[in-house]
Amino acid sequence: MANYTENELAKDLEDQEYKFGFTSDIDADTIPKGLSEDVIRLISHKKEEPEWLLEYRLNAYRIWQEMIEPEWGHVHYTKPDFQDIAYYSAPNQTKKYESWDDVDPEMKETMAKLGISLEEQKRLTGVAVDFVMDSVSVATSFKAKLAELGIIFCSFSEAVQDHPELVRANMGTVVPHTDNFYAALNSAVFTDGSFCYIPKGVRCPMELSTYFRINQGGTGQFERTLVVADEGSYVSYLEGCTAPQRDENQLHAAVVELIAKDNAEIKYSTVQNWYPGDKNGVGGIFNFVTKRGICGTNSKISWTQVETGSAVTWKYPSCILKGDHSVGEFYSVAVTNNYQQADTGTKMIHLGKGTKSTIISKGISAGKSQNSYRGLVQIHKNAQNARNFSQCDSLLMTDECGAHTFPYIECKNSSAKIEHEATTSKIGEDQIFYCLQRGISEEKAIGLIVNGYCKEVLNQLPMEFAVEAQKLLTISLEGSVG
Amino acid sequence: MLEGLTPTTILLDEKELNSAQDTLAKNQLPTTRMEAWKYTRVAKLGKTNYTSSEETVVSMDAYRIAADATTFVFVNGHFSEELSSDEIPAGVSISPLSACMEGEIASTNLVLEGEIFNALNTAFLTDGILIDIEAKATVEKPVQIIHVLKGEATLSNFKTIINAGDFSKAGVIQGFFAEDADKAFANVTSEISVGTNAFLTIDKIQYEAENTSHISTEQVSQENDSTFTINTITLNGGLVRNNLNIEVIGENCETNLNGAYLLKGKQHVDNHSVVDHKVPNCNSNELYKGVIDDKGTAVFNGKVFVRPDAQKINAFQSNGNVLMTDDASVNSKPELEIYADDVKCSHGSTTGQLDEEAVFYLRARGLSEKSARKLMVSAFIGDVLDKIENEDVLNFTHGLLKDRFGWDFE
Repeated sequence: MANYTENELAKDLEDQEYKFGFTSDIDADTIPKGLSEDVIRLISHKKEEPEWLLEYRLNAYRIWQEMIEPEWGHVHYTKPDFQDIAYYSAPNQTKKYESWDDVDPEMKETMAKLGISLEEQKRLTGVAVDFVMDSVSVATSFKAKLAELGIIFCSFSEAVQDHPELVRANMGTVVPHTDNFYAALNSAVFTDGSFCYIPKGVRCPMELSTYFRINQGGTGQFERTLVVADEGSYVSYLEGCTAPQRDENQLHAAVVELIAKDNAEIKYSTVQNWYPGDKNGVGGIFNFVTKRGICGTNSKISWTQVETGSAVTWKYPSCILKGDHSVGEFYSVAVTNNYQQADTGTKMIHLGKGTKSTIISKGISAGKSQNSYRGLVQIHKNAQNARNFSQCDSLLMTDECGAHTFPYIECKNSSAKIEHEATTSKIGEDQIFYCLQRGISEEKAIGLIVNGYCKEVLNQLPMEFAVEAQKLLTISLEGSVG
Repeated sequence: MLEGLTPTTILLDEKELNSAQDTLAKNQLPTTRMEAWKYTRVAKLGKTNYTSSEETVVSMDAYRIAADATTFVFVNGHFSEELSSDEIPAGVSISPLSACMEGEIASTNLVLEGEIFNALNTAFLTDGILIDIEAKATVEKPVQIIHVLKGEATLSNFKTIINAGDFSKAGVIQGFFAEDADKAFANVTSEISVGTNAFLTIDKIQYEAENTSHISTEQVSQENDSTFTINTITLNGGLVRNNLNIEVIGENCETNLNGAYLLKGKQHVDNHSVVDHKVPNCNSNELYKGVIDDKGTAVFNGKVFVRPDAQKINAFQSNGNVLMTDDASVNSKPELEIYADDVKCSHGSTTGQLDEEAVFYLRARGLSEKSARKLMVSAFIGDVLDKIENEDVLNFTHGLLKDRFGWDFE
C-alpha cells in the first residue's frame, strides 16, 4: 500500500469497469427508427391499447412537436436526434409466460447478473419485482400474494388492459402531457412501465421493486410509473436502473407519477446506475426524467435517490403539497465522475396549511464532472405555517470538477419558515490525516468520510438498497483523493 | 419611452456610444421570462414617456447625509454647481462628466451587449461624475454624491466613474432622493476600479418615492490586495433594482457586500449580485437582510463564481428575510458556481417571521407589543447597519428609519 500513489489510485478509478455493461443476446422485436404519428399508432396497436390511450398519445405528440427542447440546465450535450431512435423494442416473446419456468433462460441469466434473481428474492427478501427490459415489462413476481390484499402491482400495459378505469382516472393528473418537452415525448411514445394501486387502509407488506434495463442498441427507454396510494395506505417502492456499455448516447425519458390520497404514505427510492459513459466521456445514458407526486391531507411522499450513473442527468423529483398538513421529503446523493453531468434537485410546492418539506441533497463531484443542485421551494399564499428545511452540501474531489447550487426560494406567506443552507468544500486534510494516524489507508478513509457524509440519505433507503448503494458509492469514488 | 429624450452630449468613447445605440435598437425591455428578471416586472417603464428636465432644489437640509464631506449635487442627473462644494481635498480630483474634455473619459468595461438599461444609460447619459483618487492618497473627508429626482416622468441617466489608485484609501457616499417626483426614473451606472492595495468603501442610501423607479448597475474590478466594501441601504422607492457585478482579478482581495432593505406599501426591491473570483486566495462576504411589510416584494439573487484554479477562496453569502404581512412576498436565489476544489463556500437563506416567544419575553418585561416588535426588527437589521463604519451615514439612516417606519434606534 505504501507504494500506491495518488496517481495510481486515480488511474484505478478511471479504469473501473462498469460492471453492468454486458449485453444480453435476446431476440428483440424492434420497430424501425424514427418518430411519426404512424409509429405511435403502431406502438399503440402492438400493445392492443384502447382508443382513448391512442388519442392521449397523439395529443401529446402534437403538443410535443410544437415544444422547444429546454436549455436552461447547467449541462452541455449533443441533443439527441429524435428520428434516430427506435421507439419500441421488446424482448421477443411469442407467448405470455404462464409461470416463472417458462421464462427464456437467457433472460433469467440477465436478471441473475443484475443481482435480481427473482427466485432468490422471492425466498429471501420478500420483495416483489417488476422487471422492465427495453421498455417492456417481462416478469412480475409475487402478484398473487399481493392480490389477496387487493394491491395491484403489474406492468403498465397490463394495467391498461385489466384496470383501464384506474389508469384513465389517474394517468396524467400529476404530470400532464403538456408539462414539459420530455414528459410530452414520453406521453406520446411510452411503451411500458409499472402500475401500482394500494387500496384504502392497506399497508403493503413488502417492498415493491422495479428494475429497468435498456438492452437493445439504438433504442430509447420511455417508461411510465404510476403509483396510487388510496386513503390511509402505505407503500414503499424501489426502482433500479442499468444499461449495457455502448459508445452511443441512449435516451431515457421516463415519467413517474405518485398520488398519495388523504393519510397515505408513499416512499419512493431510486438507485440509478445507468451506464455513465467511459472515462473519456464517450457514450452513456441521457437521463431526462420527470418525477412528481401529489399529496392529499395528512399524507406523505418521500423521495430517496442515489444517482451514480448516466452521462447526463436532468431530474427533479417533486412534491405538490396540496392537502393540509402533508409532508414532502427529498433525500439525494448524486455522484458524478469523469465527464458525467448532473443537474438535479427537487421542487416543493406548498399549497396546503401546515405543510412541511425537508430537502437533504449531497453532491459529490470527481474527475472532470459537473454536479448541480437546482431546487425550488414555493410557499403559496394560503400555506399557513408552512415549514421547509433545505440542506445542500457539495463535496469536490478534484480541482477539475465543478459543484453548483441554484436554489429558488419563493415565499408569499408571512407565517412560513424557510431555511436553506449550502456548503461547498473538499474533504478536510485533517480528517484524512486523523484516519491515517489510526492506520486507516487513505482510500479507506475517503470511503469512510464519504459514507458518513451521505449517511443521512443512505439511512432513508430500505435495507437491501442501502447495501447496494453503499457499494456503488465505494466503486464510484475509490481513489478520488481530495 | 425615449421620444422626449435627446442623445447624450457627454464626450464618451465613440465606439461605446455606437454599441449602446445598437443594443437599444435591437433589444426590448426585459420580461419575466428572462432568468435575470424572473421576479421583476419593468414593463411599466416602457409605457412612460420620459423627459430630462433641469430643476433646482431649494434646500439641501433633508439630503445632506454627512455634514463634513466633499459634496456634489445632481438634480435629475444635471449638475447643480451652486449646491456643490467648491473645495476639493488634496489627493483626489473630481469633475462632472459634462466638464470633461474629449478623451478624458476612458472607455468603460460596462457590459452593453443585451443590457438594455446600461445601453440606455450610455446613449442618453444626462451627466456623471469622475472621481480619480491618487495613488498613496488617504482621503479623510468622504466624497458625497447627492441625487435628487424632481418633477413628473423625469429620467436621470447618471454614470459614476471611480478610479481608486494603488495604496489609496477613500470613502464615497451616494444618496438618492426624490422631491415632488412623480413616475421619475433614475437609471444609474457606476464603473469602479480598485487598485493594488487600495481601500474603497461605498455607502449607498436609496430613499426615493413610492412611485419612482431606480435601476443601478455597479461594475467593479479589484486588483491585488485590495479591499472593496459596499453597503446598500434601501428604504424607499417603488421599483428598485441593484445589480452589483464584482470582478476579482487580483489575489488576496477582500470583498464585502452588505445590504438592508425595508419595504412598505407596494415597494419592490431586487438585489442582484455577482462575485466573480477569477484568481486564488480571496475572501468575499455577503450579508443581505430585509423586512417586508404591507404588499412589498423583495428579491435577492446572489451568485458566487469560483473559476477553475481559483483555489483557497472563502466565499460566504447570507440572506435573511422577515415577512410582516401575508401580502408581502420574497424570492431568494442564492447561487454558487464552483470550479475549484480547495475552497470554502457557503450560502444560507432564511425566510420567516419574528420569534413569537421572544416577543412574549419582551412583553413579559413590560414592553408593549409594538415596541417589542420594533426592538426585534432593529436587532435583525442591526446586523447589517453595524457594518457601516461612517458614523454620519449610520445616524442619517437611523433618522430615515425613524421618519419612515417610526423606529427609534437610539
